[in-house]
Formats: sequence, structure tokens, C-alpha cells
Amino acid sequence: MLLQMAADGAGERIALGSRSGGLTLAELGLRSQRAGTIFAGRNGERVAMIDLNSEAVPIALFGAALANKAFVPINYRLTDEQLRDLVRRTAPATVIVGEGIAERLGDIEGIELVTRKELLDLVDDAGIELADPYACDPDAIAVLLYTSGTTGEPKAAVLRHRNLASYVISSVEFAGAGEDEAAITSVPPYHIAGISSVLSSTYAGRRVVHLEAFDPQLWVESVRAEAVTHAMVVPTMLNRILDVIEDDGGGLPSLRALSYGGGPMPVAVIERAIALLPDVGFVNAYGLTETSSTIALLGPDDHREAFASDDPAVRGRLGSVGRPLPSVEVTIRDAAGEPLPAGERGEIWVSGEQVSGEYLGRDGGLADGWFQTRDAGHLDDAGFLYVHGRLDDVIVRGGENLSPGEIESVLVEHPAVDSAAVVGVPDEEWGEKVVAAVVTLPGSEVTEEELRDFVRARLRSTKTPERIEIRGELPFNETGKLLRRVLRDELAATFG
Amino acid sequence: MPVLKPGARLRSSVCDAEFAVVKAPADDVDLRCGGQPMVPVGEDPPAGLSANGFQEGSLIGKRYTDDAATVEVLCTKAGTSSLSLGDEALVLKDAKPLPSSD
Repeated sequence: MLLQMAADGAGERIALGSRSGGLTLAELGLRSQRAGTIFAGRNGERVAMIDLNSEAVPIALFGAALANKAFVPINYRLTDEQLRDLVRRTAPATVIVGEGIAERLGDIEGIELVTRKELLDLVDDAGIELADPYACDPDAIAVLLYTSGTTGEPKAAVLRHRNLASYVISSVEFAGAGEDEAAITSVPPYHIAGISSVLSSTYAGRRVVHLEAFDPQLWVESVRAEAVTHAMVVPTMLNRILDVIEDDGGGLPSLRALSYGGGPMPVAVIERAIALLPDVGFVNAYGLTETSSTIALLGPDDHREAFASDDPAVRGRLGSVGRPLPSVEVTIRDAAGEPLPAGERGEIWVSGEQVSGEYLGRDGGLADGWFQTRDAGHLDDAGFLYVHGRLDDVIVRGGENLSPGEIESVLVEHPAVDSAAVVGVPDEEWGEKVVAAVVTLPGSEVTEEELRDFVRARLRSTKTPERIEIRGELPFNETGKLLRRVLRDELAATFG
Repeated sequence: MPVLKPGARLRSSVCDAEFAVVKAPADDVDLRCGGQPMVPVGEDPPAGLSANGFQEGSLIGKRYTDDAATVEVLCTKAGTSSLSLGDEALVLKDAKPLPSSD
């Protein structure tokens, strides 16, 4: 329905690709309707996709919806074994595969493979019947997304059409993008931001340029060549983009809006970004897969106000995720589920039509419409939301709850430190003890003792890591999420 | 007077306008377009109906709501008539556009 509205209301606009020769919204509509017919005639209840970004992503996403099948994008970077395991869990299904994927999967029962090229050729065939563009049931599953599983087995988060449609309708102005606007999508399709970017851009009538996979040099070149005005990146991407433009001095003249999210953004990085790109409006978006993407945002005006302010409370908002969207409600609650006043830390709970909180084959979901995010956070007096990492990452040292994020943000303030991660490892005396891993900036040196003194001077001694390992790199997944479980195991082996 | 369900699609009986229900109360609502009852998309409206006031037009992509915000509908296809709840005209939902976050 969202796509059909866009095709009806702004059909002549370019939806995908370059300004000359790209697909219009009307053409995307027809291809998606043909994909709907093709998928409906195939095996299984699901349409999975294991591929890089391309114009096939929106066609498959919308086509699956019109066939009333769930779209299941899967991470192509998993090991062969993990990939086969998730595909088995997805069967019976049609799976759209990029180059080299078929060989990695082999034969799996109930799975029918189609290559990206075959799909794009098929939907180009005007002889194929068009599926009803309004076919989808609002209560049906639109998308199944396997969570990144940084803390355990990947779970399949269920997003229904009503969740996603509600998010898009309430947060995006229909055909609200200017004719000259273009967004670059470099977030992989198996990430919620990849899905919401397709939906929001289509509904807004904003042209989308796909980058197959993120590469900082290629990203900067594409933004310049395609006159891209809007982009969404995860924190690690932003830092690498800033390195490129700082080196070549070329700036990003066409870029107007840059949103970031998907993980905690060090304040130092965003300050660097504002200084290097003074004409860009920055948006910090906080959301989860289970909430159909963004639930709170810190807009361009908030960034400018905070950046220019001497008031520490206002300046500190650069480290917040802004205010909740008007269409969702956010509260902070204690472990017993009781609401906490402004300023107090607890768990972030959220409710709203876009919130799903549902996992395939598991109990749970919403309690009275509220989803427990398992993120720790607090709201300030002005309603700005601060996120302090996953509750499961909280370190319990001798009965005291310590937030790794607070200690990490002190460590990265040290001039020699590039990045830092703090975890708790088992300890006989305290239950858990605080340990850290630090990556230094190129050419900088610092000792463990200097870093411990640095933290102790700013926080109290119980928050000072007992041991700090200086290392070459931290374990991140490809969307910039720290693999805490991996790090915890490694540091427990070293310092346990 | 039907009970409306979010996601349900309705068409005007007197013009081309079509709508999707975004929010609806649990009980019956007297939602009209051009002053006449609406029908589910896919059904033909009763023959011979003509508009009874409410000719302000409906615009694609706009959301309409009543003052008490009990009902919210999204216009999915434009038309010449406008919506009302009984005799009370629905108003354009005045949402300040949010900065793009994706």
C-alpha cells in the first residue's frame, strides 16, 4: 500500500539509482507487483535474501509483501555453518542469493534458490501478471529479522505490516522529499535500518542510491558523484568517513542530513563531525529491531544548540539520543517495573503502534503494550533520553551496579585513546571485577597505570578498571556493534 | 455503522477518494466522506448517492483526525470530498515533519 501510494502520487520520480537512467517509483511499483506474482507461485511462506545492497532489495521486500509472504534478509557475513543453520530455520522458502552464496549453501530441504540477476530479469518481463498492490494483511508478518545475537543465539524478531506501516506513516511526510533529494543506503539489508530506509525513502519519494557494501572511500565518492543529500550510518562508519574527508579536504557539498544510530556514538566523534561538516544537519536516531527502527531522535537543531552551548547540561545532550517520537511513549522503570522519575537510571520501556517486541516461536512480547528494551537509560528534566548500554552488560561488582558506558566514555577522553571497551569478568572476591580493553591512537603511547589514574581521577575507585589491556583492535561485528561476549571471554582468559 | 479496524481500507461512495484506517475506537464510528457512509474497498457503493456537503477534498498521504483524536485515517487516493464523523468535519492532522532518520 505504501509503495502503491508512492507510485500513484509521485510515480514519475526516480526511486532507485542515478538521476538519468534510474528506476521511477512507477517502474519500481510494477516490478514489485511482478515479483509478488512470482513469489506467490513459489514454494514456502517466506522470501529470504542473502545478498549485498542493490535495487533487488526493495523489489524483493515489496514483492514478498504483495505475495503475502514474510521477507527474511539474512547476513551474508555469517560463517557457512551459521548461514546454513538460519536458512534451515527459514525453510520452506524461496531464497534470493547474491554471487557465491549458492555454493556456500549447498542443497537444503525446502529451499529454492533464485539469483539476484534471475530475479531482476524476471521482474523486467512485461508478460508477467501484476499482483494486487493492496494485497497485504496488516496483521501478517512483513519482515523477520534475525537479531545480531551478540549476547546469544540469534532470535527472529517479528515485524508485522501494521508495525512498519505505522512507523512510516507517523514519522515520514508522504512525498515530502524535495525533487532533488537523494539518500545513500550503505547499511546492509539484514539490518533494521536497511529495511526502514527502503520504506521511508519510498514513501517520502526520495531517490535511493545503493552502495553494495560500505567502504568509506567509495561512500564519499558516491555521495559527491550522485549529489546525495541524505544518509544514515552507524558510528564506526562515520569515523572512517571523517578520516577520508579530512585527508582529501573535499568535504561533502551536497550532503544536508546525516543520521547515525545502531550503537553508541562517542561524543568526540560527533563533535569532530560537526566541526568537519558544519553545513550538515545531524540526526541521532535510537531504535531497536523490535521497535521497527527509530523511537527517539536528536535533530539538527538540538545538535547545533548543544554544540554551541557552555551549559554542561545542554552540551551533554550531544551524548543523548534526543526525545521520543510523538507517536511513541518512553518510560524508565526499575527492576520491579515501577516508573522512575527524571534523572534516575533504569530500564528503557517503550510503547506505540510501531513496537512489535515479538520473537518467532517464543513467549513474551508486550506487557500491556509495553516493550522492555533491555537497554539501560535515563530521561533528563527536558525529556532527553540517554542510553547507557545493554542491561545485560551492567557489571555487578560487590553488589554495586556499574555501567560500562560511563567508564568507556571516560577512557576515550584520554588523548592517547582511540576506542575502549569495559566488561565484567568473574571474580572470587567481588562476583565480577571491572576490566577494560583499549586501542590507542596511531603514534600514541600510554601505560595501563596512567589510564587507571586517569579514570580514578574522574570517577571513583570502584569504577576504575582493575586491569586494562592495550590492544590492536576491539572485536566489532560489521554493523559496528561491539561483540562484548567475545571480548568478555578473551579478557576473562587474560585477567580471570 | 461499522466497527473500524486499523489497516482497514475504505472508499468514498461519492468520489474517488480511498483511505486506510490508522486508529479507530473499539466501538462503532459514523465515518463519512462527502457526507455519505463509506464502503470497504472492493465493494460497490450503493447506486444513486450524491454528496451531501463536505467538499473540501482529500489529499493523498495526508492524515485526518477528529478533534478528540478518536479516529485517524490516511488518504491513500485523492478525491474531491472530505471526511466527517457524523456532522463533525475531520481535520488535517497537523504533524510537524520529523528530520529523516533513515
